[in-house]
Amino acid sequence: MKPRRFNMRSLILNTGSTLLLPLLVLFSLFLLLRGHDEPGGGFIGGLVAAAAVALKLFAEDYKAARDMLRVHPLQLVGVGLVLAALASLPALLVGQSFFTAQWWLVDLPIFGELKLSTPLLFDIGVFLGVIGTVLTVVFTLAEAEHS
Amino acid sequence: MLIAVLSCFILACFAPWLHRLGGRQSGWLLSVLPAALFVYFASLLPEVSQGGQLQFAYPWFPGLQIQLSFLVDGLSLLFALLITGIGFFILVYGGRYLEGHQSLGRFYIFLLGFMGSMLGLVLSDNLISLFVFWELTTVTSFMLIGFNHEQEDARKKAHQGLMVTVMGGLALMTGFIMLGLAAGSFELSTILASGTLTEHSLYLPMLLLILLGTFTKSAQTPFHFWLPNAMAAPTPVSAYLHSATMVKAGVYLMARLHPSLGGSEAWLLILSLFGAVTMVTGIFLASRATGVKRVLAYSTVMALGTLTMLLGLGTEKAALAAVTFLLAHALYKGALFMIAGILDHSAGVKDFRDASGLRASMPITTVVAILASLSLAGIIPLFGFVGKELLLEAVLTASIWQIGLTIATLVANIMVVLVAAIMALKPWFGPQIETPKKPHDPNVALLVGPALLAVLGLVFGLAPALAGNGILTAAASAVYGQPVTIGLSLWHGINLPLMLTISSLIFGLIMYRFWAGWRHITRFMQTAEKFGPEVIYERLMLGMTTFASWQTKTLQNGYLRNYLITTLGTVIIIVGWALLRVNQLELDINFSDIKVHEFAIVALLILSAIIAVMVRSFLAAVAMLGALGFGVALLYVFFSAVDVGITQVLVETITVLLLVLVLYRLPEFRSLSSSANRIRDAIIAGITGLLMTVLILAITSARQLEGISDYFLQNSGPLGHGRNVVNVILVDFRALDTLGEIFVLALVAIGVYAMIHLRTGALPVTNSDRRAAFTFRRSQKEKMKADEQAQKEGEAS
Repeated sequence: MKPRRFNMRSLILNTGSTLLLPLLVLFSLFLLLRGHDEPGGGFIGGLVAAAAVALKLFAEDYKAARDMLRVHPLQLVGVGLVLAALASLPALLVGQSFFTAQWWLVDLPIFGELKLSTPLLFDIGVFLGVIGTVLTVVFTLAEAEHS
Repeated sequence: MLIAVLSCFILACFAPWLHRLGGRQSGWLLSVLPAALFVYFASLLPEVSQGGQLQFAYPWFPGLQIQLSFLVDGLSLLFALLITGIGFFILVYGGRYLEGHQSLGRFYIFLLGFMGSMLGLVLSDNLISLFVFWELTTVTSFMLIGFNHEQEDARKKAHQGLMVTVMGGLALMTGFIMLGLAAGSFELSTILASGTLTEHSLYLPMLLLILLGTFTKSAQTPFHFWLPNAMAAPTPVSAYLHSATMVKAGVYLMARLHPSLGGSEAWLLILSLFGAVTMVTGIFLASRATGVKRVLAYSTVMALGTLTMLLGLGTEKAALAAVTFLLAHALYKGALFMIAGILDHSAGVKDFRDASGLRASMPITTVVAILASLSLAGIIPLFGFVGKELLLEAVLTASIWQIGLTIATLVANIMVVLVAAIMALKPWFGPQIETPKKPHDPNVALLVGPALLAVLGLVFGLAPALAGNGILTAAASAVYGQPVTIGLSLWHGINLPLMLTISSLIFGLIMYRFWAGWRHITRFMQTAEKFGPEVIYERLMLGMTTFASWQTKTLQNGYLRNYLITTLGTVIIIVGWALLRVNQLELDINFSDIKVHEFAIVALLILSAIIAVMVRSFLAAVAMLGALGFGVALLYVFFSAVDVGITQVLVETITVLLLVLVLYRLPEFRSLSSSANRIRDAIIAGITGLLMTVLILAITSARQLEGISDYFLQNSGPLGHGRNVVNVILVDFRALDTLGEIFVLALVAIGVYAMIHLRTGALPVTNSDRRAAFTFRRSQKEKMKADEQAQKEGEAS
């Protein structure tokens, strides 16, 4: 059987992705940060971000997507797991039981009140873990296609 | 107390650095810790020898009533002193014995880790923590036995020891749980104080399970085979684990639980019988062996059998005999094992047949070996004699099988004398023969341990009250459950035990004279070993792996359809069975309040599912599945689960992306399945769908307990500081679940990565692979060079 090459380069997609990409990444961060009060969160944000990078892959090629991410997606998974696990520890320092949420309210002069917390840290961990996992699978498959 | 136990583990973490720092003397450096611990435990002696008990408790899992609590009484203190005392000598000895070994640092880690686990085991007051330490000794000893992991034999033997003891450990855990439930507490001190448990309905199963654990650990017949095999370990390890500490853990536990579980008919019969059989089997096999360490290992099996038998008899005398014999054995066996190591280290001798006449070149070693062997043989005035007299007295006053046990003990003693004679005479006297290394007395680091232990055997023999009043009476009282009033003395007068000792001495020396002949007469054992427990063990292991590979081949044969059939079939059977058991299945089916657009979505869902099955193109099928997923997402949104809806949409999008990537790898669309297969698949799919629908309807209409969603809805604001309940649940209320899930995600990522790269052969090699390839290439190059050289030389001549 003749191997079919994977080629989806199209001008429309290419141009569209250049405009869409920053928006998608911003949107994923937006989803991540507002997740605690409105629909969103680390998981959803992570999926959006991963989809953004995948868009780059389809619009250009594997190498461009790899360069855009800079690091290997498995490293993102590792960092995500570490952050999520770290979020469980501060409670022990103040003598509460494992994984109890800790909140620190910081007053910033212009932006107003900033809510920092271990759930946020945890959600960032989930965010990175999801991006890393999806992109590992996508990249691995694309790479297998590439070679 | 906590610090005392943990310090070993802490030091273990830093051992490799300290080893680099200490260089040649690293053994001495590290041995400061056991020495300090010995002094600490010795400082507790005055209080404990008065019959006092010290308890220390630290909360660990307060919710599960598990606390890290320690109990120091005569028995645990005796063990703690042995562990730290002999541990000191072993560290000093091991540092020199393995000097220059590339992984000496690792040796220290495991040895110190083992020491800590062993201390924890004997000092624990809580059954659960005792069990944890018990398993830790198993794991660390596995590492130590397999220390020379480049040798396949060492790996195999380590594995064998691990399997046997872990199997026992499982039984032990079950037994412990029963014991804790029966006694109403997991604290040993409470259990021991609450009197005997022999009348409890769980008594027999609990006893059998605990004994299975102790018998495997303490190498009782038929589990005795792993102990001599564990001699694959470096000699310092054998000297420590297989003489004084680990194998005695089982004995310790039986002694510890004797006041609660002992005294029943079952206890008496099982322990005396297995103990006596192990005693005779062990010493018989020892008398046949010729390898230095093997002889000692089998005689250790004999000692463990003797101790089990004494604990089984359970009289006051037997309790005292057991602790006395235990101390005597630890002293002389530790010394003898270290001498076995010296023989190997300084003369290259591993087998008694290869050594003779070494006394001239190794005078000090000879004296120490003779001193320790005399104690082993039980000759006055050494401490072994005291132990042996008490043993005989205990057996003679046994409540059952007096004659049988006495004869067994006598036979064992005769052969013990033989073994002692081999150890004391064979390598040192007679004509001098060539040894692999030039024999010489070793460095002080190697000699100090055996010498001091052997001299202690003499000191305690001459002044038994020193050991007796110091610790042994207190230890015996802890075993017996009541204060023991008999004192220790060297001379018991001319009585039956003395006569038995003298006759065993004479017969033993006669046997030594005809040792070669004895081995010849008993060579039938070589055939018998083909049916022995070790062969049964190997058969079982082989059977297990065969079964495992058959099962894997059947269940995981690589066809996705088979996986699906198995999974769905299991679900159908289990869920169907559960649903059938519900007597009144109330299905609340009500179409009245369904809106038109909801009907439309459902119609869309059904339609896309049907089309997905019917179409004859991968891309179309994927698109249809996507439509199905988006339809479900719409439903979520209409039922105001926005988060779930968004997630569903995104997951669908990415699934379609992934499938598109994969599609190009697939062969062209073809029909391969027969109609019968399709009908079967349709039936399975139909039943699964139906069952799930019924299940969900049944669950929603038959909810009995109040749901937890109200709690989450009310508390996500005040407790979780968030208005999005779904997110608060994910990252706060059930954060531990989410953590587990993202770990699973990571595993999936690694799995996909490895699987695809492995297939394309692009997986980066590990460092060890690289190193192996490098050494292989270099050796090939060197070989080629050598060949060329040889060829040139050949041509030249």
